[in-house]
Amino acid sequence: MTGTAVDLIWLAPALAFLGFVLNGALALWRPTAKAAVTVFGVGVLAAAFAVGVAVVIAFARLGAEAPVVFRYWSWMPVGALQVDAALQVDQLSAVMLLVVTGVGSLIHLFSVGYMKEDAGYARYFAYLNLFIFFMLVLVLGANFPVMFVGWEGVGLCSYLLIGFWFNEKVNADAGKKAFIVNRIGDFGFLVAMFIIFWATGSLDFGDVFARAPTLLGAGGGAVTVLTLFLFLGCTGKSAQIPLYTWLPDAMQGPTPVSALIHAATMVTAGVYLVARCNVLFALAPISGAVVAGVGALTALFAATIALKQWDIKRVLAYSTISQLGYMFVGVGTGAMAAGIFHLVTHAFFKALLFLGSGSVIYAMHHAYHATHSHEDAQDMRNMGGLRRHLPWTAGLMWIATLAIAGVPPFSGFFSKDEILAAAFARGSVQPVWLVFWGFGLAAALLTAFYMTRLMLYTFHGPNRTGAEAEAHLHEAPWVMTGPLVVLGVLSAVGGILNVPELWGGNAWLHHWLEPVTKPGAALLPEAHLSHATEWTLVAIAVAVAATGIVGAWRLLKPEALLPARSAPAERGFARVLRNKWYVDELYNFFIVQPLVWVSREILWKRVDQGIIDGAGVNGAARGARALGWLGSRLQTGQVGMYVALFVVGVLAILWRVTAGS
Amino acid sequence: MLLGPALVISAVLFTLGVAGVLLRRNAIVIFMCVELMLNAVNLTFVALAQRLGVGGQVFVFFVMAVAAAEAAVGLAIILAVYRHKQTVNLQNINILKG
Repeated sequence: MTGTAVDLIWLAPALAFLGFVLNGALALWRPTAKAAVTVFGVGVLAAAFAVGVAVVIAFARLGAEAPVVFRYWSWMPVGALQVDAALQVDQLSAVMLLVVTGVGSLIHLFSVGYMKEDAGYARYFAYLNLFIFFMLVLVLGANFPVMFVGWEGVGLCSYLLIGFWFNEKVNADAGKKAFIVNRIGDFGFLVAMFIIFWATGSLDFGDVFARAPTLLGAGGGAVTVLTLFLFLGCTGKSAQIPLYTWLPDAMQGPTPVSALIHAATMVTAGVYLVARCNVLFALAPISGAVVAGVGALTALFAATIALKQWDIKRVLAYSTISQLGYMFVGVGTGAMAAGIFHLVTHAFFKALLFLGSGSVIYAMHHAYHATHSHEDAQDMRNMGGLRRHLPWTAGLMWIATLAIAGVPPFSGFFSKDEILAAAFARGSVQPVWLVFWGFGLAAALLTAFYMTRLMLYTFHGPNRTGAEAEAHLHEAPWVMTGPLVVLGVLSAVGGILNVPELWGGNAWLHHWLEPVTKPGAALLPEAHLSHATEWTLVAIAVAVAATGIVGAWRLLKPEALLPARSAPAERGFARVLRNKWYVDELYNFFIVQPLVWVSREILWKRVDQGIIDGAGVNGAARGARALGWLGSRLQTGQVGMYVALFVVGVLAILWRVTAGS
Repeated sequence: MLLGPALVISAVLFTLGVAGVLLRRNAIVIFMCVELMLNAVNLTFVALAQRLGVGGQVFVFFVMAVAAAEAAVGLAIILAVYRHKQTVNLQNINILKG
């Protein structure tokens, strides 16, 4: 207890949970009371954001170096394992707290307009509030198990919200896929926790990170294995190779959900985890290289797939995977602040892009609904020229596009540049990092290209909705454009948070996070770049972004594009990209099918039906019946028979008695 | 004192009763053979009573009382079975077959 507003930290998750309870009750008993749902759903989030701001301001006033930990009750007192239900406030969780509640509030507000006519309005907000509760538990937890509760909880909410429109099988399947793929990652997280407890005797963040350098030793086997398992958890939650395949399918959920869970907050949990465990990752240079390498590969790989997707949300989904890859390059390199910085700016511009696409889909959907057309409202081939009808959305999404492409002075430029510079700097110590830097740069080129392509096909060129539907296209109501404007401003100027010294800034976020990142940074080799090199890197990055944008603008011809219905199938390499490198098919063939075969043919038909059902359950029944049959043969119904046996028995007893005496 | 001959007669009577129960098919006859076995036992009690005291003779009265009750119930059952099946041949009465 500090006697300041920091003590109120429990209120933030409690408010979100209150929202879940109230909206859940309404969903069960009064699903039509939409006004009440709106007040509860958005209100608790706004209140949680206010609490978050108060807490962070009070925490900054305290000027504490160490985290402020609140232990509420003893959760798992099992011998040497003492786990408390505890929350902690430190510089890193403060940043996450503000991002989650701030961006979350805006997206809740947007949802009011987007989901207005949905019958599951109350259920939707109940899930959304529950998600915020678990996300806050995740980022505020003071030990691994509490964090794991949040980790699992957000996965549950993700599942519930991806399959929100569960009466269509494809949506329910997408939810299940996300849940099952995440299980693999969660297994990694669990194993990592076991190793951490085994090696350090504690699961509290403070104890573990304090003891790790002495108990585990730099480059040791245990720390390498445990960090790799932790990273396996991250690849599941944060959609990295090889577990990224669930995220594109997660786009089956409502668009604000994609913005909140599958772009801005939940998927960044892995980045948060690595940044939180920066000491452990710094002790395991191999794991750090793996994190950065997987991140770089994912960034490039996902970007190539995004080049050829037609579904506006799928492009953004692959873009999210790609940007998460950047964050992992950052945190894997040891540039924790850069990774978190990109997490924050990405939350701004990707939430904006998703909400913008939601606004587009909303308009398209209404236009098609009004004209009773059954075209795909998310296919970019059916759009075109929408800037004339949705000027606000178009303008704001252009801001986000410039931010994600890395055009100065928009927010994404600073964060992406910092990550690439950090990777390049490590390259001077270990050359492999230059490869990661190259991947990142190539991905930056593709990012600029596919984002420009998305904007070009959606908002520019001729209209392909058909004249009748075009008349019905119009901008969304203010409750939807309002959050877009706020996010637009944040995307444009978010870079202020961490303007590097090179640009005359004070790298505020970097210094703010220092108490958290210092222990890890102290273990890593120093890598400094001269100002001349840094300016060269900036020039290269800007040139790459400009090449991507101008290249897309020049190469792509929206005039030549046909609506989805009459569009020809892609050929050659384009088809490979359109089909996502056939990764889903490969997984299906090499993992899913053998697993299903083993489950069905061996585990079900042999083990379950054969051994357990056949020998065990039915076998016992058959044995009892055989014994019963034998006994029933004695019951002939003939009294003479009974008497004869009776006499034999009496004689036997008599003989036994007399022979004994 | 005739104890030996009395026990021999009683044993013969009992064996006749057992043989009758085992070999005959008519319920009435079996019933009578059961009575024969009871009375064979009674004869043993009485014969041994002169040596072992009056307890055996008291027991005989109990056996006769029980045998009377048994005769009443048994004959009633046989009568009921006969009304139902038109026979008292035990080979034809086997509905308790397992």
